[in-house]
Amino acid sequence: MSVAAATEAFLDVRNLKVSFPTEDGVVSAVDGVDFSVRKGRTLAIVGESGSGKSVTAQAIMGLVNRKTASLSGEVFLDGEELVTARPEQVRSLRGKRMAMIFQDPLSSLHPFYSIGKQLVEAVRVHQDVSKDVALKQAREMLDRVGIPSPDRRLKDYPHNLSGGMRQRVMIAMALLNSPELLIADEPTTALDVTVQAQIIDLLRDLQKEFGTAIVLITHDLGVVADLADDVVVMYGGRIVERGAIDDIYYRPEMPYTLGLLGSVPRMSAGETSRLEPIPGQPPSLINLPKGCVFRPRCPYHELVPGNRCDDERPDLLAVTPDHAVRCHLEPGQRREIATERLGAYSGQANAPATTGTAGMEEK
Amino acid sequence: MTAVDESGTSEVLRREDALLRVDRVQKYFPVTGGGVLKRHVGDVKAVEKISFDIVPGETLGIVGESGCGKSTAGRTVMKLLDPTGGKIEFEGRDITHLSRKEMVPLRREMQMIFQDPYSSLNPRHTVGAIISAPFKVQGVKPARGVQAEVQDIMARVGLNPEHINRYPNEFSGGQRQRIGIARAIALRPKLIVCDEPVSALDVSIQAQVVNLLEDLQDEFQLAYIFIAHDLSVVRHISDRIAVMYLGRIMEIADSEKIYESPRHPYTHALTSAVPLPDPKAERARERILLEGDLPSPIDPPSGCVFRTRCPKAQQRCADEVPEVREFAPGHFGACHFPEEKHLIPVSVA
Amino acid sequence: MGAYIVRRVIAMILMLIAMSMIVFLLFAALPADPARLTCGQRCTPQVVEANRVRLGLDKPIYEQYATFVKGIFTGRTYGSGTASFDCAAPCLGYSFERGEEVTDLVATHFPITLQLVLGAFVFWIVVGVSVGIIAALRRGKWQDRLIMGLSLVGYSFPTFFIGLLFIFFIQIRWGLIGFDGYVPFVEDPTGWFTGLLLPWITLALVYAAFYARLTRNQMLETLGEDYIRTARSKGLPERTVIGKHGLRAGLTPIVTAAGLDLSLLLGGVVITEAVFNLPGLGRLSVDSVLQADLPVITATVLIAAGFVIVANLIVDILYAVIDPRVRLV
Repeated sequence: MSVAAATEAFLDVRNLKVSFPTEDGVVSAVDGVDFSVRKGRTLAIVGESGSGKSVTAQAIMGLVNRKTASLSGEVFLDGEELVTARPEQVRSLRGKRMAMIFQDPLSSLHPFYSIGKQLVEAVRVHQDVSKDVALKQAREMLDRVGIPSPDRRLKDYPHNLSGGMRQRVMIAMALLNSPELLIADEPTTALDVTVQAQIIDLLRDLQKEFGTAIVLITHDLGVVADLADDVVVMYGGRIVERGAIDDIYYRPEMPYTLGLLGSVPRMSAGETSRLEPIPGQPPSLINLPKGCVFRPRCPYHELVPGNRCDDERPDLLAVTPDHAVRCHLEPGQRREIATERLGAYSGQANAPATTGTAGMEEK
Repeated sequence: MTAVDESGTSEVLRREDALLRVDRVQKYFPVTGGGVLKRHVGDVKAVEKISFDIVPGETLGIVGESGCGKSTAGRTVMKLLDPTGGKIEFEGRDITHLSRKEMVPLRREMQMIFQDPYSSLNPRHTVGAIISAPFKVQGVKPARGVQAEVQDIMARVGLNPEHINRYPNEFSGGQRQRIGIARAIALRPKLIVCDEPVSALDVSIQAQVVNLLEDLQDEFQLAYIFIAHDLSVVRHISDRIAVMYLGRIMEIADSEKIYESPRHPYTHALTSAVPLPDPKAERARERILLEGDLPSPIDPPSGCVFRTRCPKAQQRCADEVPEVREFAPGHFGACHFPEEKHLIPVSVA
Repeated sequence: MGAYIVRRVIAMILMLIAMSMIVFLLFAALPADPARLTCGQRCTPQVVEANRVRLGLDKPIYEQYATFVKGIFTGRTYGSGTASFDCAAPCLGYSFERGEEVTDLVATHFPITLQLVLGAFVFWIVVGVSVGIIAALRRGKWQDRLIMGLSLVGYSFPTFFIGLLFIFFIQIRWGLIGFDGYVPFVEDPTGWFTGLLLPWITLALVYAAFYARLTRNQMLETLGEDYIRTARSKGLPERTVIGKHGLRAGLTPIVTAAGLDLSLLLGGVVITEAVFNLPGLGRLSVDSVLQADLPVITATVLIAAGFVIVANLIVDILYAVIDPRVRLV
């Protein structure tokens, strides 16, 4: 059921599940997630708090504590399976073939060590080189990510730099060993909008230059529109829709995706129309319902006969070979709903064409 | 040379029926530092001569990036901080130098909503105590009794009135924000300053709270000063927008004008930097990228403070502080070389 | 950084001066008449008056203070004419009760306290911190619970109780250690060691318990920080993550606590010295209070307070060395 041809994918995640026992019960943070990413492409994982997107990223990197959490499924990095691999093996890949950058660069960098020391450390853990050689690599990378006066910056501490600089340092640190996969967890959320634009541009340039596969985790639909090639929408630990970027923005079918698009204020809207938020709150991940996890907030569950939305968990089914949705509604119904709502959001009379497209399966 | 007559009022203040008039208000924070003895070496010029007015029922959005002074501006015009200079008038009355005690009756009319729903509510007070506090402080005794009023307000903001005796930690982020809103509207103020009220919330919850604020505005004829860094949200909710940079207002105009025809290069760069949830538009657009970092507010650049990052900066920008001018009716800004009036394509048909 | 240190040193000097004045004034304000205390029962008013003049106690208080301070740097002379005697610098006063210069008294008593405290310090830091780290790493498991349980018991017991327990069992009951008390190292190294062993452990136990808990909590807090996650994501081995990234951040509060605790103890470990009959600074202080020997009391209070003030400075500087963010202040 993967989106891209499995043989070409650099990262291939299959039926990944992560759960943690807590005082209140077992939290199913990630409940059966599949996706893949090819080199040079960007996959965005979109979701709100509690969707499981961050935990998915950490599970891929092997950062989930196996003593407290239970992990199942398969994660293939260039064909090598990581879930069953020895922790030492995964550790040797971390920071080398796969790297991660985090949301808040101030708290993610060690406050007591200089930038130079932290960068040098990142080099020397995977390359058997002297400090001087490592320092040289660090300096070059700082320059590459657009930090002026890199020699001075190497001696600085994280708190001496601005937010944008710090995030560039984090990116530099992640790229030092030329990883083939970069996971970016909310990389621009804590940054100003002009700085965000710079960082997005930087990531795009670096991807072009190094051919890195990027997994971008975010809730910001604008950033996704800017960077991503493919999108996976997560809710309640599951993927509820996935597809190429144009599919998700112009032909979304899952009511949750529609709800997200409706919650975002549009600068393009002529007369500022009212926002259409999703009622209710994100779900608790303890005791997930046996039916569709979005049912409590879905305005359309009554259109499905019987109580299917309550009783039966929908499968992720393909609408086109690249576009899949997890919903009990009939495809025709979904498209109708989507047309109506998207028309309202963009304030345009002409909604994007959704009917009659070739290659769609009828359920 | 400014268009401002030092003895008169700022050019920008045009409306006679203004609820709040802010005239060249300044807020400086003294800095001690350097060397062995910590002397007063300078000031952080957090807010430098900002002017704007608001009429009842209107929303003024204040946007800017971190360090631009928008939060400080919000607190200063509400007199939560004492202004270092300038004049503030509320309903025609000069409140600039009123003492804390003298401000108390005015607090009924001006309220504030804060950013962080997790730290702005006292965790030891019940929801009922939080929302009823304004009644106690102002000595207001409603006919039906305070509790009935409080429950009414709770229902109005979308909270279950039966939860009146619960504590903040039993609520989600969005609900806590509603509690803060309930407290703010309890005494039907005329003006509410909202300082980043939705930034800390999930996208779907943000939309709920924004809708709530709009509904309340319609119902109670509230004026809002909406401070945020998310331009899309500000655009959505505001009638007029002021764009701040390093403590100064660079441009102030009606919302559509700010987005469709920004005249100040900073506004233009800001609006072009916002990523749109529209892949085709994103692929098509030209983005203006600003170089460099924010200068220090202790030692701002001479002349126009934006010149160090402005793609159009010239010598005149360093020599001369640009005066506030009216580019179009109701559209004011301070720039020697404003952008040409044109429509920015923000959607692709 | 330099400016930071200079500022702190100046503050310290000012504090020492202020503290010495306050102590001096405090004792001057006491109801006891220091001249009266200079001789015993057989004192006649004339002798008391003569002593008052001899000791300069008839001078105004600020003059007395000035003479006292001067004495610390250049020595002073008590009395005049044939009945005068010199007190060499640094002169901390003269104890009539004992007939000795206070400085000499301190010089004989302080080294014992110093040895006691330093030995206990080494013990409690090594044991307390390592045990705390183990508890943090094995959080929730039996090692953690055991350590935390024992440490709770450990610092609930007062030192004298632990000390007496040791004496009772190890010395009296089982006769493992003799009753020689303190033996100087130069005389008999083994005897020195066995003489101090029980006092060391007694004093250290309570502090070790406290530091174990403190370390555990600090480490747990540090290990939850984002930069630890970053360190792991770089592919660093776990022992580097904890040993280098975790420890340095986690131990800063412990360094400061240790510095301050050490300084407080150096001023005299009253109870342990009393229980084990060690002639240290603590004993000297207590004895002089009981004997109302004002000059000695004044001096020991000044010394103890001085240690704390200097330790504060050292700790502040150390903190700034470890945590670069502090240097801005």
